[in-house]
Amino acid sequence: MAHNYQSKYQNPVINWIDTRLPIFWLVDTAVGAGHPTPKNLNYWWNFGSLAGLCLVIQLISGFVLAMHYTPHADMAFASVEHIMRDVNYGWRIRYIHANGASFFFVVVFIHIFRGLYYGSYKAPRELLWMLGVTILLLMMATAFMGYVLPWGQMSFWGATVITNLFSAVPFVGDSIVTLLWGGFSVDNPTLARFFSLHYLLPFVITGTVILHVWALNMPGSNNPSGIDVKGPQDTIPFHPYYTIKDVFGIAVFLAVFCAFVFFMPNALGHPDNYIPADPLATPSHIVPEWYFLPFYAILRAVPDKLLGVVAMFASIGVLFVLPWLDTSPVRSATFRPLYKKFFWIFIVVCFGLGWCGQADTDMPLIPFGEDEQAIAENIAARLPADSRAELLANVPGDLKVLETYATRAGMSEAAFERLVEKEKVTFDVLHLNRLLTAYYFFHFLVLIPLLGWFEKTRPLPESLSSPVLSPSAMPAE
Amino acid sequence: MKKALLSGFAALTLLGAAPAAMAEEEYLTSEEATEKYHKYPEHFSFPQSGIMGTFDRAQLQRGFQVYREVCSACHSLERVAFRTLTQIGYSEEEVKALAAEYEVQDGPDDDGEMYYRPAKPSDYIPSPYENEQQSRASNGGAYPPDLSLITKARPHGPDYVASLVGLGYTDEAPEDVQVSDGQYYNPYFHTVLLAMAQPLYEEQVEYADGTPATIEQMAQDVTTFLTWAAEPSMEARKRTGIGVMIFLAILIVVSYVSYKKVWEDVKK
Ligand code: HEC
Ligand code: HEM
Repeated sequence: MAHNYQSKYQNPVINWIDTRLPIFWLVDTAVGAGHPTPKNLNYWWNFGSLAGLCLVIQLISGFVLAMHYTPHADMAFASVEHIMRDVNYGWRIRYIHANGASFFFVVVFIHIFRGLYYGSYKAPRELLWMLGVTILLLMMATAFMGYVLPWGQMSFWGATVITNLFSAVPFVGDSIVTLLWGGFSVDNPTLARFFSLHYLLPFVITGTVILHVWALNMPGSNNPSGIDVKGPQDTIPFHPYYTIKDVFGIAVFLAVFCAFVFFMPNALGHPDNYIPADPLATPSHIVPEWYFLPFYAILRAVPDKLLGVVAMFASIGVLFVLPWLDTSPVRSATFRPLYKKFFWIFIVVCFGLGWCGQADTDMPLIPFGEDEQAIAENIAARLPADSRAELLANVPGDLKVLETYATRAGMSEAAFERLVEKEKVTFDVLHLNRLLTAYYFFHFLVLIPLLGWFEKTRPLPESLSSPVLSPSAMPAE
Repeated sequence: MKKALLSGFAALTLLGAAPAAMAEEEYLTSEEATEKYHKYPEHFSFPQSGIMGTFDRAQLQRGFQVYREVCSACHSLERVAFRTLTQIGYSEEEVKALAAEYEVQDGPDDDGEMYYRPAKPSDYIPSPYENEQQSRASNGGAYPPDLSLITKARPHGPDYVASLVGLGYTDEAPEDVQVSDGQYYNPYFHTVLLAMAQPLYEEQVEYADGTPATIEQMAQDVTTFLTWAAEPSMEARKRTGIGVMIFLAILIVVSYVSYKKVWEDVKK
């Protein structure tokens, strides 16, 4: 901004203000007529403005909730029910806020996958991308703490499980956990600090979003072809072209969102959170909110607690360095036939991880028969020494034969069946979970760097305006 | 089973094994019993289910009667105030009279004493027990949960509650399930054994509107009432939702048409 900036607006009042504080200029260049935008953006580019809308929805509904909510372990649950039952429009505000968090994540996940598909993280947009990943991290912290506030069973036990993870940090782990708890277990001080942070972090997010949009405005938007804008013939002003398109996107988004808020407001929540928190009764399954499931799965995939936590954070951390892992000079997957395939595999893997995150880790998926060796050893322990040696020297592969030994060892039929059941060898959820976790990192750390070297990309169009309709996008005429 | 018993018996006599070993052979473990007998709730079509569904006021009142005459002996409903009962079709006068049938503690008075007085519409429905400890003491250690949110606090809540109290007590416990004292078999409960005795019996209440009081009828009535208690705003929510969706449908059409109009000159 020049020091002797003179506003060019006609209206004298606006001109007077704008010359002294170029706020109209700022808005105009950010999202107005003064912001040239590639003319070929598709609907996936709607999700940025939708994310902004979600933030506003959360901020407004959140601060109304905060007027009626009581951050105290004895009263939090009742105060949320008070909002639901007694506060005018309370149930609407609360359902909007609870479902709004879920939809915020839906939108942001799509927004991120859009970036992955069209290579929007590559130069010169690395910092823009990294600010986006920062927003994701802040959102996760905010949503996690928000979910604790209603102080239901899942609030309490989710908070217990997740905060306990930090105890894995070497040396200072226990101090960190004590600090998070404000004591020696999840209790009233925990709730109070989580409320304070839950109120604070959205404003940190808002600040980061402003930086994010600023960083977007320097190079401008990427576009489906991934090639640079060559001149004015490639662009149209943001307003009115993209403002009206965003209004349409917002209307469609709100329709889906309101379908949840008004017709299935609890579909995305867990029923246990309508049971007041009880430190003495552990729920049979503690599951995080759906948007944490893929990360939770990565955590559980690693047997070591500390390494699990490291893996979970690394799964997001790897996004920070993605711009430097990707060696391909071509941005858009449209012109990267191999990357496009791996992108879709990656999507499936992410959904798979999400599924694993909510499943029982020891649920069998593919049976492989029984472990005869283990069964034989179990039976042998009950046999007299000589028949024990006989059995172990030559373990029969046939269950029928094993059963005769079992009978000799005094085992009942039922006990034998139970033993066989116990020693079933299966490919279970945990195995799948590990496989998918390994693939997740393989995708970023091996595939992405290698593809840049080996992939034969398709020829890029000259410019956006000449073949906006690149061969693949052109309908067969 | 016989074979298992016999071999268990043989083991007992020959090896002098502990009697516990026999019990183990005879009964399923808790996990096995759950796996074998647990049932998912039946699906009921309540008038209030579905996008447009609304409560049947007569059914709500019958359900309230079942709660009052049966469930309230053990279960509280502490989040429901008498005044809200006007929503299920009672007049202000009726609510006043209803509330006055209960005694609530109030005070302290000018002498510093707590005292009992008849409840007013602004009071909440009094609980059968003073606190959780007392309710456990009266129920063999088990805690009859507050029912104000029960249909939201269980997966498929309404179907679950109606199945649990309406269908769950008809079968005898299978012989390989060990039912200890104070436990009752109910395949809809997550461990198939719970501490609630069968609460409903045929003709247990007498409905003023003449509806036959079968177990299933009472179960569905009380479930409907509890669904209302868990979310009194449900009808308002759906009603608002319809209006909102109509508005958004119009907005979608208008914004789409404008979008296409504005973009006319961009893509030829
Ligand atoms: C004699 C006392 C008693 C009466 C009467 C009674 N209950 Fe219960 N109820 C209990 C107890 C005790 C439990 C706790 C069971 C447990 O956790 O093992 C319980 C648990 C429940 C549960 C929770 C089951 C779960 O999933 O945790 C529901 C729902 C329920 N009762 C509904 C009802 C309804 C509806 C009625 C009236 C028709 C009723 N009860 C009448 C004692 C009673
Ligand atoms: C990034 C934006 C935000 C996200 C993702 C978010 C997320 C959440 C979530 C998941 C819950 C739990 C909802 C439930 O199950 O009941 C919650 C509750 C709550 N949030 Fe937020 N929130 C955000 C912003 C805010 C803001 C800005 C405020 C206050 C100014 C706020 C105040 C509250 C309060 C008071 C509750 C407890 C009431 C309740 O649980 O319904 N939130 N939030």
